[in-house]
Amino acid sequence: MVQGPSPPPLPDGLVAFVKRDCPTCVLVAPVLARLAAEGGLTVYTQDDPAFPEGVEARDDTGLAVSWHHEIEAVPTLLRVQDGIEKERLLGWHRGEWEALTGVEGLGPGLPEWRPGCGSLSVDPGRESALRARFAGATLRSRRVELAPQEDEAEALFERGWTDGLPVVPPTEERVLAMLEGTSRDPQDVVATVPPDLVPCTVEKVAVNAVLAGCKPEYLPVVLAAVEAACTDAFNAHGLLATTMPAGPVLIVNGPIRRRIGMNAGKNVFGQGNRANSTIGRALQLVIRNVGGGRPGDVDRATHGNPGKVGFCFPEDEEDSPWEPLSVSLGKPAGVDTVTLFPGEGPRCIVDQLARDPESLARSFAANLRTLHHPKLILAFDCVLAVGPEHARVFREAGWDRARLASRLHELLQIPGEELVRGADGMAEGGPESARGKRLPKFRPGGILIVHCGGGAGLFSAMIGGWAGGSLGSQPVIQEIAPWA
Amino acid sequence: MGVDGPRVVLDPTGERAPARRERLPRLASLEGVRVGLLDISKPRGDLFLDRLETRLRERGVEVQRFRKPTFTKPAPVDLRQEIATRCGAVIEALAD
Repeated sequence: MVQGPSPPPLPDGLVAFVKRDCPTCVLVAPVLARLAAEGGLTVYTQDDPAFPEGVEARDDTGLAVSWHHEIEAVPTLLRVQDGIEKERLLGWHRGEWEALTGVEGLGPGLPEWRPGCGSLSVDPGRESALRARFAGATLRSRRVELAPQEDEAEALFERGWTDGLPVVPPTEERVLAMLEGTSRDPQDVVATVPPDLVPCTVEKVAVNAVLAGCKPEYLPVVLAAVEAACTDAFNAHGLLATTMPAGPVLIVNGPIRRRIGMNAGKNVFGQGNRANSTIGRALQLVIRNVGGGRPGDVDRATHGNPGKVGFCFPEDEEDSPWEPLSVSLGKPAGVDTVTLFPGEGPRCIVDQLARDPESLARSFAANLRTLHHPKLILAFDCVLAVGPEHARVFREAGWDRARLASRLHELLQIPGEELVRGADGMAEGGPESARGKRLPKFRPGGILIVHCGGGAGLFSAMIGGWAGGSLGSQPVIQEIAPWA
Repeated sequence: MGVDGPRVVLDPTGERAPARRERLPRLASLEGVRVGLLDISKPRGDLFLDRLETRLRERGVEVQRFRKPTFTKPAPVDLRQEIATRCGAVIEALAD
């Protein structure tokens, strides 16, 4: 959130904010005239300096005083002492006005009470422009003026700021509005972003969140994701530079999923939900623009995958047979988190016949075995996204997440003879020393199980990882800081 | 210039490069480079380009001529793409 520069001082005594367009202000105009005549009242008028009649009102048609003093309604009556606001009344209420002013018999003939109208300084059509005018100077990013003949969208493509899709121009108004999504200071450094290792402020994240199409309420998730991505454990630099197709995959847990309207159900990995589509994109734009990580340059992916534009989804916690993934990863229930996984695109696992958990676990294991190559082991982690119709099988059988994971690890102990180079006529594989042993496909903890997807379909999905473990990239869970 | 003044956006980058777009580096030589000569349809631009064409051909440089439909508008996308596809350099005859 941006704090404006210090507000213009208010005169001591009584201070009123009014506009002619407000019937209540017109109603109390004689009261204001009386208070002004008796001394001690200063009136700021928002729309017509000649209003109210008989009062030498101060012109606040520029709304600077109203904006800085957070006037929300007119009439507002303040009592100011030594430059500090002591009392504030909104609208007209005879008893309250008499108590605040110490003057009896105000407005004879007026109704006892009338609500006020909205202050022009909070008018939806003007608020963002006023914020830019009065607080824009606090933003530090370089201003780039677009040439008169440049098309806005084309201009941003040409400067290399997009991922190949159009972006929203990051005007001062939009960036300031985005920063309303966090209580953090815009100049706080969130992380040092690879590959160029550039310190990235909250403001720069907000600029890129605007580009990505985020709403301000998504910003806390984006900030947490940037922080998580730039840890040594997640190793965003290596993930960017790899020739493998993986990119950051964001899994969101906690109440924020529903507050910001994420989709954990039908088409969870697909298009159509703004939060799902833009949060992961904002992270990727930070890595591109702030960190300097661009495809074909430091990003050496052979194929990449469409999710590298941005891949973010929430877990369906409400209908899950299990505790939230975040709780299984050690975070308290009810805490908002984002878990980053270095993943490729999702692949469907079909099993329309299994009605018992053992049979379904075997189907999962058979598919997981093939990840990247059926003969390659211990190199990659995996996300197993269990769909609701598959999850029901485990719920009815009383299998918790740990039991499913444990059974999958058992089923994925593979005879070394099947893994060695040359086995099954395939050169790819492990060393001869594997013979006579059973070796695990995944390291312990290397299968992250989430519950998502929706509607009908006896399907689940697997998202293959990139070089797992401390030498590559490890999943990182980050708490999403609350607004304040 | 928009109705309310210039349109200004905030730089989303790490600000390590200048905000102005960089020119491409100057070619070290014209050897093996096809040079496009772009007439923007201003009067007598063709005379200037005729002379350039003669001089370039004398040096053994391959030349291809192009013409904008009107000098009042930016070159059509097709024309720009054709030049970019066919040529390694372009000389534009700007004025009368």
